[in-house]
Amino acid sequence: MDTDLILRVYPFFLEAAWVTIQLSVLTALLGLCCGALGAAARMSRLAVFRWIGAVYVSLWRGTPALIQIFILYFGGPQIGIQLDSFEAGTIALGVNIGAYMTETIRGAILSVDKGQTEAARTLGMSRWETMRKVILPQAARLMIRPLGVNINALIKGTALVAPISVVELTYTAQRFIGSTYKPFEMFLIAGLLYMVIIYVVGHGINWLDRRARIT
Amino acid sequence: MTDQAFVTIKNAAKSFGKLEVLRDINLTVERGQIVAIIGPSGSGKSTLLRAINELDPLTSGEVWLEGVQINKKLPHRQYEAHVNQVRQDIGMVFQHFNLFPHLTVRGNITLAPTMLKGLSDADANALAEEQLAKVGLSEKIDEYPSRLSGGQKQRVAIARALAMKPKVMLFDEATSALDPELVDEVNLVMKQLAEEHMTMIIVTHEMDFAASVCDRVLFMDQGVVVEEGPPSVIFEKPEHERTRNFLRKHLSR
Ligand SMILES: Nc1ncnc2c1ncn2[C@@H]1O[C@H](COP(=O)(O)OP(=O)(O)OP(=O)(O)O)[C@@H](O)[C@H]1O
Ligand SMILES: [Mg+2]
Repeated sequence: MDTDLILRVYPFFLEAAWVTIQLSVLTALLGLCCGALGAAARMSRLAVFRWIGAVYVSLWRGTPALIQIFILYFGGPQIGIQLDSFEAGTIALGVNIGAYMTETIRGAILSVDKGQTEAARTLGMSRWETMRKVILPQAARLMIRPLGVNINALIKGTALVAPISVVELTYTAQRFIGSTYKPFEMFLIAGLLYMVIIYVVGHGINWLDRRARIT
Repeated sequence: MTDQAFVTIKNAAKSFGKLEVLRDINLTVERGQIVAIIGPSGSGKSTLLRAINELDPLTSGEVWLEGVQINKKLPHRQYEAHVNQVRQDIGMVFQHFNLFPHLTVRGNITLAPTMLKGLSDADANALAEEQLAKVGLSEKIDEYPSRLSGGQKQRVAIARALAMKPKVMLFDEATSALDPELVDEVNLVMKQLAEEHMTMIIVTHEMDFAASVCDRVLFMDQGVVVEEGPPSVIFEKPEHERTRNFLRKHLSR
């Protein structure tokens, strides 16, 4: 193992890790928005919205994320969508994870006992009041863990933007292999940094989950 | 409408898909009356109760409360607004309590009144204290439901329903999920409501309770009301064979 080389390249990797973190945060936020909208659509009273939601989930979960990234980045300009690689990567990944989060959020809402809705509606609360004051507060607690699983997948999934040259961890590792011919060291550094990010986020989610437990 | 009783159910029928659950049910309840509904499992008791507040809307027939038709056919938006309004007047207590686990006892009681009647925090608190005192649970006001016994949960659920100042209370086997030693405390609260002349419709498997508290008893079987009358008649000299069979099984215990 070439420790000298590692010491020379690691500042570049730290910078790349920062890009990976930014990608992850933005993707997660966009994913949560898409997931919330998707779940609302899937559970709408109107068939059109339910249909749109179902199509979104099945198309985006039914095709490789890499293809979705390529379509947006390479195919986008053809239909007038001009994005730089970071933007295209973030949007494609965010919308992709949003499809998974749609199902997570919907599942959490559906797993709240039906008696809760009945009790609230019986008191005279509207559908929306019931959702906001009774169902969502309970569903929010139930969805922390499964959303954590989605976020874990999303962080690892950010590696998929390397092929469109976003200078994140995987891309950086590949670039240095080109000049150093040391794939073992390069991928090891990248892997370790991913692990640190995932470890920290995982702990954050556990902490949130513990705090949100109903007493 | 002047000839109508307080609660009136006319020619009620209900199907779930092909399954006919209620057939040609007629029921009138006067203000302050207490009616028990008894009958074997699956006879449609819960469905009838849940039809009164539109939780399980009837397929055909009418439900009226104090001159207002509950199950009006209206365009969706108006229907929702109408139902949300009339439900405020109909309290319901469930077998499994259905307390809101994320809210304290106080929160459970004040949620709907503050939201729907615009009570101030102070008024809502006073209301919660008043209702809890009635069910004998003043000291539990800041507890979460998970810290209460089944009997206490059900009493809070009753207080929550009463906080909306309903005109009628519906009970669907309020004591069936309770350990035997916790049944009495809930029955006591219901008896107390009876003394205050609350109009109540009570689905129950407890024949003794029905006999001691109710003005009238309805016996249902297979979606129809087989017979109804004062408890003295239904329990002591029922007309129908089906009623006698049912009571033989339930009174012998
Ligand atoms: N949502 C539903 N969908 C389909 N069938 C239903 C539904 N609710 C009730 N049923 C059926 O309607 C019939 C009457 O049910 P209901 O719950 O009213 O009976 P019940 O008299 O309350 O019985 P129990 O004493 O067991 O509570 C049963 O055959 C039941 O399976
Ligand atoms: Mg029932």
